Amino acid sequence: MAGHANAMNDPEALGPPPSEELQRAQKERLRAAWKTPEGWRYWSAVNNSVVGQWYTAATLFFLIFGGLLALLMRAQLALPNNTLLGPEKYNQVFTLHGSVMMFLFALPIFEAVSILFLPQMLGARELPFPRLSAFGFWAFAIGGIFLCLSIFFNSAPNGGWFMYPPLTSKFEPGIGADMWLLGFSFIEVSAIAASVELIVGVLKCRPPGMRINLIPLYGWYVLVAAVMVLFAFPPLIVGSLMLELERAFDWPFFRPSGGGDPLLWQHLFWLFGHPEVYIIFLPSVALVAMIIPTFARTPIVGYSWIVLSAIGTGFLSFGLWVHHMFTTGLPNITLALFSAASQAVAIPTGVQIFCFIGTLLVGRVQRSLPMLWIFGGLATFVMGGLTGVMVAVATFNFQAHDTHFVVAHLHSVLIGGTVFPFAAAVYYYYPLINGKHLSERLGRISFWLLFTGFSITFLPMHLTGLKGMPRRVYTYPAGVGLDGLNLVSSIGAVILAAGFAVLLWDIFRPKGRQPLSERNPWNAGTLEWLQEMPGEAWGVRSIPEIDSRYPLWEQPDFVRHVDEGRFYLPDAEEGKREMMITSVIDARPVQCLRIPGNTFVTLLAAIFTGGIFIFPTFKMWWPMAVSTVLALVTIIKWLWDGSGMIPEKEQKDVGLGVTLPLYTSGPTSSGWWGMLITMLADITAFMSIVFGFFFYWTLKQEFPPASTPQLSAQWPLIALGMLLSSWLLTLAANSWNKQDFARMFYVGAAGAVVLAVLGTAALVAGPWLAHMDPKQHVYTASVWLLVAWTALHSLVGAIMLLYCMARRAAGRMTARYDIDIGNVTLYWHFAAIMAAITVALIAGFPHLT
Amino acid sequence: MKSESHIDEDRQSLWLLTISPAIWAAHFLLSYLGASLACGAGLAITLVHTAVGAGTMLALAAIAFIGWQAWQRLNYGDEQAPHDADSPEDRHRFLGLATLLLSMLSAIAIIFATVSVFMVTTCA
Repeated sequence: MAGHANAMNDPEALGPPPSEELQRAQKERLRAAWKTPEGWRYWSAVNNSVVGQWYTAATLFFLIFGGLLALLMRAQLALPNNTLLGPEKYNQVFTLHGSVMMFLFALPIFEAVSILFLPQMLGARELPFPRLSAFGFWAFAIGGIFLCLSIFFNSAPNGGWFMYPPLTSKFEPGIGADMWLLGFSFIEVSAIAASVELIVGVLKCRPPGMRINLIPLYGWYVLVAAVMVLFAFPPLIVGSLMLELERAFDWPFFRPSGGGDPLLWQHLFWLFGHPEVYIIFLPSVALVAMIIPTFARTPIVGYSWIVLSAIGTGFLSFGLWVHHMFTTGLPNITLALFSAASQAVAIPTGVQIFCFIGTLLVGRVQRSLPMLWIFGGLATFVMGGLTGVMVAVATFNFQAHDTHFVVAHLHSVLIGGTVFPFAAAVYYYYPLINGKHLSERLGRISFWLLFTGFSITFLPMHLTGLKGMPRRVYTYPAGVGLDGLNLVSSIGAVILAAGFAVLLWDIFRPKGRQPLSERNPWNAGTLEWLQEMPGEAWGVRSIPEIDSRYPLWEQPDFVRHVDEGRFYLPDAEEGKREMMITSVIDARPVQCLRIPGNTFVTLLAAIFTGGIFIFPTFKMWWPMAVSTVLALVTIIKWLWDGSGMIPEKEQKDVGLGVTLPLYTSGPTSSGWWGMLITMLADITAFMSIVFGFFFYWTLKQEFPPASTPQLSAQWPLIALGMLLSSWLLTLAANSWNKQDFARMFYVGAAGAVVLAVLGTAALVAGPWLAHMDPKQHVYTASVWLLVAWTALHSLVGAIMLLYCMARRAAGRMTARYDIDIGNVTLYWHFAAIMAAITVALIAGFPHLT
Repeated sequence: MKSESHIDEDRQSLWLLTISPAIWAAHFLLSYLGASLACGAGLAITLVHTAVGAGTMLALAAIAFIGWQAWQRLNYGDEQAPHDADSPEDRHRFLGLATLLLSMLSAIAIIFATVSVFMVTTCA
């Protein structure tokens, strides 16, 4: 068992408790620093506990909306030849149902819950970029509401939630598809923002002593899921961009007459879509992994196996995407490979379930409401998993493809794997939100309604599908053996909806007169249960030194020591919000990080960024341009006041004999990691364009075709020379800044800006002077897309350099306090790689073929 | 305070966990693209079999090497599982075990893929 007396690893033994008077004063100062604003200013809050609640409430709102759409569909399908909705409305309803449930409920609920609880599970006060969380939330809310409103104007997207062209390019003239492509791209950007936050949170914001082998399992799962977001979402963002360019400007990426191929969309979509299922699923299992040990009264069995399971699933899930395309006529050998990978993923998925069963067998299980939900979820999920293995078999898949069998399978997986564990977590964690319990009685009623309703809806649907009823068709004829099954499903849906209604009522009903829960009501062992009832905005009274996976069970007098402020950062002497940054593997303290407080700037930034995505839907280009400028100004303002602030002193005594720097830059700092992770997502998006380029090359006899203008290597090579020089000058400027050669720094940075702008111009000049028309062929379109992407990145790099020069001139950046230029240098590494690949492709590639 | 031991944090990296699965990913992607291109170019299926078979040998050898490294970490000292102590030794053993398990899973997935390729006897 954990050796908490392992004093040689800890910095210093705990001192005596501070006097009561001092403790009171410390609490007052903490309370003031972390105070949630009141009145209308409440909406300027950025604290994770507040933003997390907004986020969760918003996802539940979208759940209700998506659920009502589902009820409409089941009402339409209850009887044969029904005319309640009609084909056009039905198309809109099923498209919006799938899209809302996936993008506005299932995925963001993971971000919401993580923003809400991850810091507490890590004994941290906050996540490292609170304003980014707030920005992500506002972006999500604005984009989500915009999309949901579309159905009331009869202009919702209607091509299915995976938006296959040519249906969604040529045959959908309205703005529905544009809303989908642009609206969801906006939301995907906010999902990536949340991932950056969560990854840095797990890696750098753990409490001292929480080594990599002691992280709560939730942390592992969230880490894996967030990394998956970085690699799964960019292909979809790029695919959406290409489809939108085809719709708006006739660039023929997916149109065969222009050399394009609609299958590329399917590849890009499912390269996102299949990992996404696991991005949804893993954080839900993570909740199960937190709850089961509590009620089994024993540590989890097979911790390392569960880590295997999370990471293994994360990787394998990227090798499954083609199993959504088994009927597109791909070669048998491709089908065989993807079928094998689809079967293999069952191994890590199964392993974690055996670990849970093992934990339950080892422990003494207490009956409880959260466990009831978990058992219901496991049963449902295993059923969906088994039908998943069935549809992974290519030959069976040919039969079941696009029938209601698949609908039944995916709902078993998603509801069993996500909704039930989420409901378990709602009953388990609710006391952490406002100090009150949910109702045991309503919880049981809701569970049985949901469980039976789910089974009655979806069990018969397997049969409906096997009998041949296709999905996404608004009706069916009477007397072909589908009437009874559909009616049963529709009755089940009503019961299911009643279950949701009871659950949501229990969550939102007023609980004013109800007594507060006791502290740690389930007697759990993990850090989030340190919270007092109700919780304080500061999160954790003092940041503990961790010696065990279950500190509340295994570290003696742990809660008292935390409460008395005997661990780290028990005070806010300077009235600032502070948290600890630790090292990745062993969680050694490396920095006391000051984080910015409440602001409206993130809300404004989200509104203006939203304009960049929303105005083009209506072809309103000028408002879009204005919105872009305003977004840029707002974001610069946000960074100017809220990041890289120079502290009034070098170091701070954080307690227990540890003194930490208040400012770090480079790989020690959270900002550097944030930039690195963002750029990984960015370069993944770029690589998706490159993937498309090679995809066309493997497909076409002639790529580039002789009919398109040829690009001479001259301009691209000049551009590359300038952009690489710009990158080298940025490196030099960084180094000169470090050595405090101020003049050299300005000269270097200014030179880099000039070269970046000239390089961009030269890059654009190539295809421009060659009279390449992006509408002519997918080759010219691809060249322009690569050029535009790289040009944009070079210009953004130039703006960043100007920002650094302004920071130094304003005394906000110095030789010592140099995080800005450090991060910009990191950005430029990536920009240089993109420039090199772009030029190699547009100038070098034609010579190869 | 700093020791020269090879289990120091400075000498560790989480990337170790991801090497074997990354080898799986590379093998998978190359098999998929290679087979598609070779079949598209009208090459014989036996050539695809040979190439994928050779790739599998290479990949499994690399994974075996990582697995061996992991095995040595796992057996550092003589503590038994669970590796849940707040000590660099237990952290070292934990990373070893997790890497070993991931190597085993990656090897199984590679064998799965190879078997499936060998079961397909035409390019159609």
